[in-house]
Formats: sequence, C-alpha cells, structure tokens
Amino acid sequence: MSIHVGNAETARPFPDAARAALDDAQLRTNVRNATNIIQAKRNNMTAELADWEALRNAAHAIKTHTLRYLDVYLEQFEANVTREGGKVHWAADADEANQIIARIIADRGGKEVIKVKTMTSNEVRLNECLEAQGITPIETDLADLIVQLGNQDPSHIVVPALHINRTQIRDIFRSKLPLHELGIEDLTDDPSQLAEAARLYLRHKFLTVDIGISGANFAVADTGAIVLVESEGNGRMCLTLPDVLITLVGIEKIVPTFRDLEVFLQALPRSATGERMNPYNSIWTGIAPGDGPTEFHVVLLDNGRTDVLANGEGREALNCIRCGACLNVCPVYHQTGGHAYGSVYQGPIGAIITPQLQSLEHSRTLPFASSLCGACYDVCPVKINIPEILIYLRGQIIRENQRTVAGKFDLENMAMQAMALVFASSGVMTTAEAIAKLAQNSFVHDGVIDSLPAILSGWTNSRDLMPIPEQSFRQWWSQRRKEQ
Amino acid sequence: MISDSRSAILSRIRAANKLAATAEREREYGAVARDYRIQGSLNDADRLHLFDERIRHYNGTPFYSTGDIKSDIAAILARRSKHTLVIPAEFPSDWLPEECHFIRDENLTKQQLDGVDGVLTTCTLAIALTGTIVVESSSAQGRRAATLIPDYHLCVVRQSDIVELVPEAIRRLERIKHRPLTFISGPSATVDIEMTRVRGVHGPRTLDILLI
Amino acid sequence: MRVSLFITCYNDLLFPETGVAVVKVLERLGHTVLFRSAQTCCGQMHYNTGYQRETVALVRKFVEIFSDDEIIVSPSSSCVAMIRDHFEKVAVLAEEPALLAKVKEIIPRVYEFTELLVNKFGVENVGGYYPHRVTYHPSCHGLRMLRLGDTPVRLLRKVSGIDLVDLSNATECCGFGGTFAIKNAETSAAMLEDKVRCVLDTGAQVCTAGDNSCLMHIYGALHRQKLPVKTLHIAQILASTGEEPAK
Repeated sequence: MSIHVGNAETARPFPDAARAALDDAQLRTNVRNATNIIQAKRNNMTAELADWEALRNAAHAIKTHTLRYLDVYLEQFEANVTREGGKVHWAADADEANQIIARIIADRGGKEVIKVKTMTSNEVRLNECLEAQGITPIETDLADLIVQLGNQDPSHIVVPALHINRTQIRDIFRSKLPLHELGIEDLTDDPSQLAEAARLYLRHKFLTVDIGISGANFAVADTGAIVLVESEGNGRMCLTLPDVLITLVGIEKIVPTFRDLEVFLQALPRSATGERMNPYNSIWTGIAPGDGPTEFHVVLLDNGRTDVLANGEGREALNCIRCGACLNVCPVYHQTGGHAYGSVYQGPIGAIITPQLQSLEHSRTLPFASSLCGACYDVCPVKINIPEILIYLRGQIIRENQRTVAGKFDLENMAMQAMALVFASSGVMTTAEAIAKLAQNSFVHDGVIDSLPAILSGWTNSRDLMPIPEQSFRQWWSQRRKEQ
Repeated sequence: MISDSRSAILSRIRAANKLAATAEREREYGAVARDYRIQGSLNDADRLHLFDERIRHYNGTPFYSTGDIKSDIAAILARRSKHTLVIPAEFPSDWLPEECHFIRDENLTKQQLDGVDGVLTTCTLAIALTGTIVVESSSAQGRRAATLIPDYHLCVVRQSDIVELVPEAIRRLERIKHRPLTFISGPSATVDIEMTRVRGVHGPRTLDILLI
Repeated sequence: MRVSLFITCYNDLLFPETGVAVVKVLERLGHTVLFRSAQTCCGQMHYNTGYQRETVALVRKFVEIFSDDEIIVSPSSSCVAMIRDHFEKVAVLAEEPALLAKVKEIIPRVYEFTELLVNKFGVENVGGYYPHRVTYHPSCHGLRMLRLGDTPVRLLRKVSGIDLVDLSNATECCGFGGTFAIKNAETSAAMLEDKVRCVLDTGAQVCTAGDNSCLMHIYGALHRQKLPVKTLHIAQILASTGEEPAK
C-alpha cells in the first residue's frame, strides 16, 4: 500500500516548522490580513441566515448517514456514472490513482493536461508523477498557477496563495510568464492587472489542450453527477472544452441525492469565501452528447480514507467539505500560516485528517498543534467536533508511545505519571505542594520565576511565572477552621 | 487490478461500519432533520426586487423588458456595442433584432466561439437570494461552452422563473437532474489576490439579465 | 444553601486568593461553603494531553468525594468543562457502568462560579466595589464549552465603581491551552502577544477572566514586559469591597 498525503511523511515536526514560520513577519501579516477579511465575510453571510444552524445540523446528519452506508452509495454512484457513459476506476492508494490517470493520458498520447484546482491531486502527488512521465500538468486556478510558477507549496485549502501578497505575485509573474508575448508591458501589482495577465496566458491553453483533470466538491449517488464549485471559470473551461475529462474524487465526497445539494450549496460558499453563492457551480453526469467531453473518467480514491472511517470518533473528519473556515478562524493558523503543518491539508482539519490518513504513522505532532480553543468547531458547516478528535488522536498517540520502552521513559510520560500519583491522594498532593514551594526558590528572582529548567523553559523564554504563594487554599481553609 | 481495489475498498468500508443486517438505509436517510427553510416567503414584487439587488451585488446588470423583447435586446446590445452573438439552436427567432448578427450554435468550434462578441440565452430558473441564474445544457439554452467562451452573456429570465431560495431551485431542478447544469452568480471573479474580489478571469466578464 | 467548593489543583497551589474570594462572596450572599479536603484534581491536563487512562482514578475520586453535595462550584470554567464534556467518556473508557451512572448523576450539580451566581441563584449584584478600569477576557472553555455568554459581564457591570471596557478580538484564544504552552511554546507566545496588545489597547489597569489559567498566561507576558496592567480573577473583583479591596 502506498498511501501518502503530499509530502507529510517527511515534514518537520510542527513545533520546529512553526518556529521558522513565526520568524517570517511578512507571512504572518499576509495570513492575518487575509484571514481577517474572509472571517468577517463568512460571519456576515452566516449571520444573515436564520436557518444557518438548521443547515449545519442537516449537513452533519447527511454526512454521518452517508459514511455509515458509504459502500452502498459508492456502488450506486458507480452504476449511475456508467449508465450515463462515464467510466469509474477505484484507486486504493495514491500510487494507484496516479497510475490510472497517467495511463488514461498516455492512451491518448497526451503531452499537456489542464487542471482545475483539486487538493486531492496534491495529496497523491499527481503532478510529480505526470511530469516524471513526460506529461505537463498546467494549473489553471489563479492561486495554484501562482504557487506553481513560484515553486511553492499551497498554504491554505481554499486560497492556496494566501501567504503571498500582490507584490510578490507581480514578481512571480514578471519572471515566469511570457508577458511580452501576451502584450503586457509594465505589469503592476494591481489585482485586476494580475488577473488579466493570468487570463491571457491561460486562455490559449483552454482553447487548445485536449485533456482536463478536475477534482470534485460533491459526487451525487442517485444521479452519478459530479459537482464543481468555483469562482474563476477555469473549472468550467477544463470540464467542458477538452475531449477527455478525468475527475479525481475522494470516496468521502459522496452525497446520497441531488436534493442534498440544497444544503451543501448553501453551506460551502458561505463558509469558504463568505459569499451567498460563488460565481460558478457545474453539475454534470457522465457524457452529454454534443456538449463537452466525449470521454469521462472518475477515479474514486481511498488513500487511507477507509482507515479514518475505521478509527472510532476520528471518522467524523470525513464530513469535511473543504471550506477552510476552520483555518480562517484558528488562532494557531493565524500565527504560523499553513506550511508549518507540512501537509496539503492545514489548520484544524489538517491536524486531524493528515495523521489519520497515514494511520498515525506520520504527522504525529499535528494533533498537539492546538490550544483546543474550539473556534473551529463553532464555524464548521458540517459540525466536525475537531477539539474532541484532537484529544482522541492525542490519546491514541500517547498510548502507542507508552507501549514502547523509549515512550515509557520519555520525560513527558514520566512527568505525567508522577503528576497522576500526586493527584491520587490529597495527602500526596499536599506534600508535593510543599516540595514545590521549596524547589522554586532557586528559580525565583525579584519575586518572580523567570527561568525554568528543561522543557519548561519554553514558558520562561518569553513569560514570567508568579511564585507559589506562602499558603495554599487548603492551608488557609484549615487555618480558618481552627480559628472559628 | 482495478476490480481488486474496488472490492478491497468496499470490504474495508463494510468492516469499518459493521452494520447489523437490520440496518435501514432509506428510513435513516428519511429521518435526517431538515429544519432549514425550503419555502420562500416573499411576494412576487419583493422577490424580484431581491433578485435585482443580488444580481447587482455581484456585478451583473438587470434590465426590465418594455414588453417588446426584440427591441429590448436590440437596445441592450447597442448599449454594449455587441454585434455578433451566438445563440442556442432553438432560441426563439422572433426575439432576434435584425440589427445584430446571430449565429446558431450548431457545433461551432472553440475558436469560432472565441471569435464572437457574446452569447444570448434563456435560462431554466433564477434564485433571488443568491443572485443566481441556472442554465441547463439543452437545445433551448445551449451548450455549456457557449456560455463560457464568449466574453459577454445576455440572459433572458422570466420573472415567473425566479424562486427565492436555493432549496426551491434544487427541488424544481430535480426533474432535469441528469442534465448538465451551470449555476451562474455574476460574472467570473477571483478572490485569490489578497482576498480582493477581482472580476474577469475566465468566463464572460460582463453578464446582463433581461427580465421578462 | 450549602455549596461545596471544588477549588481545582492549580488554584489551590497558585491562586488561593481566588478560592478565598469565592468563599467571601458566597458567605456574603448567605450561603454556607463546604470544603472537602480530600479533593485533588479533575484530570483535565492529563485528559487533554492524551493521558486519558490516567484520569480514571481521578474521576472515581471526584465522584466519591462530592457524591453527597447538592451544589458543587468551581472558579474554573476549564475544569467544569472537563467534568461536563469528558467525565462520561472517561467512565466509558474505564468500562465501569456504575461509575458512568454516578457521573451522569453528579454532572448537573456542578457549576462554574459565575453560572452559579447568575443562573442558579439569580443574582447579579453581589455587593462588589472595585473602582478601577477593567477589561474582561472570555476564556475559551467558558465561552465555547460552557456557553457562559455574557453571564460574567453582567456580574462585572454591577460592581460599584467599576469602569468596564471592551476587549477587542476578545474571543480569540490567549494561547495557553494547557500543555500546548510548553509543547508549542513559541506559537503560544505569539498568540499571547496578540492578546496582550488588545489588553493594552483598552487602557485598562486590570485584565480579568473566569480562569486563572488564562490569567497566569497573560500575566506571564505583562510582567515580563514590565507593563503596569494587573491580572485578577473575576471572583476577586466580585469579592472586593471598600474595607477589603482585592489586591
């Protein structure tokens, strides 16, 4: 089995990656500005709906139900796509998905493919695989184009170039686009001009390239339809103009019926970009004679999703509709940006889905990359209880650690076992309090603790700690009782 | 190979769910609580007003018919200086003003579509709350490429086809749910550059609505 | 009424004055406070860090110690959230149905301090006097898990002499997060920086909250940067009078 989530298995531990990100003041500013804007829009758009909570409840219930009967709905979806002239492929892991897609392209003798943004393709590392086989994938989403030309990694699941400001984009375009051939001189950093440059560059590709690759926001079981939610129109270009269309979709994207779209087409745009509706939604089923591709393939992807499904309360992570609202509200993400998570899936959802897709073999620091503030749960349109799942995953990781010798004797475990003993009885706790009061003396300077040893030094690097008071509460209480 | 993965994936799903033989999928699906709004409450005038407001919010432009659709269309196209437009194969001929040149889309190539000034269509329905028009792939409303490649789209919308809410639209669309459908909410836009909504990336950069 | 105080492990050791203030306010309102000295800890730190098995004994202990008490109060929303949201899960994890039953039975009797005053006792004016400019930071557990809403603010508004100013970005986490502050120290400190900036922007002399964990964190930066703003638990402001002002 070759499951991978982008390059997560070689990513740095979150604390290390975060440290590097925190030093980048421009990044922090870019992230903060962008997330402030989206958050405000999202809050307005959800506050104006009196039935927003009812929509969230329905969305959650539909997803929970679908996962319970996922096999039935996938089979139903497959039958309908096939009946409508499409071909369904099943990919157990990333490598298989890439092989299937590469083979379809090779069979056509294709050298270039136009792509609509799909995080799933980043997850399986499709572009790398295609390039290795001499096929050029051309990203057509403005942000993905920017990220691709700038040789960077996406930092947000909805707005992947969020960490790049307009001036940086201008610089990337100036160095990588054939501006002169496109008739553009003196490109400024005005967003309209930047968008126009991208438009001209990509238009030629849209009108000439024969093979398109897309993802899917939703896959409808009762009709075999795919739903693509987008803003720019490049999605529509890629799914109607080429002769061959390949759609890569995670198995969890299934919804039971066409009617269910009435919930998700409200929940997604309001949560993702803070709009009542995004500019373009495309719904298509198989082949439409005389309109669009003559060959349509759906690649259903597992790549660890069935492991998540089997992971107790962790399965709720599969409700995700990739809106990014949790990233936008996360106080940790605000500080570190997306790259620190070392995954194509970042922020709160990234912290729970990335390790689970990899059966907790990698990305084990991600579940700890949270203060458990709960802001993500409040904004999640499908009500994923992210804090609870973070705690659940922490439990799984710690228990696994404790079964190893190294884990049993690591500092944190020993400290936690010691604390558990302290709390086991008030007698022990009182003694421990007395010891702490004595022990602190070497750390108290000028009435405050300003340096602590070992792992605790993380606190005192930037923060003081008040010293332990003379009398604990229980000592005060028993003294008062004596006096009464 | 492929069918091996298929059965492997399906059996992993079943193992993860461990459902009792008595599990009732359809009943459980029917039991999903749908307490959100499925019925609009606005009267015709207010609904039209809302649609007008929302179309404008996303930079579409509504026009109101004088009753003479042919001259309405002529006036709008003159205003926009559009002379050569693509129309769906079965667009009503008596709506077409003589002043302009209309090409019926009978398998035009992408390059031909790229060469016209714009496209003129009708639509299946419109959603007031979100400022959305829904176009179905049909001979009456055209192929999808036709409302995509040209830079200008003029869409004729019947006021009686405007619903207030998204669920109302979806439920009306259920009868054609196997057809390709495109939901259009304003001209093309992006928010990828510092979250600033910028117009005109791909797809028509100008969207006009004629309400009849 | 008889109110049994669950002081919490960290308040017992580091913030005894908060406990003293709770006692003062409740007695002022005519209630009798009970302190069961066998109490230790609710287990939140262990539970949230992933050491869930280690909390079983603590849950058993809590339930046993407080089993006879009609009203149990704690000046810590994070501990009350642990009890409300996680005690049942611990009992299930322990596979002890008897414990689960006892947990279910005790949960409705546990109150966070401001909840107790406003929701149970129906009081907003508890006779406090504190003539200073104060800003209130809603801790995440109180805000999102306990859904305290404006309960604490309603109490603060009735404190005589108080000048209450709004905190901007109030609902954003201060960055403490328990062991998060150690395991992800720099990120935690960066979050704290933003919180402190908002506190300073209010011009307040005092930052208050219902959780000393947040306040300990905020104090940590304020004191290190030698800023003149103090931190004080809400109970201590409510307890403060002219004769015995909060320190």
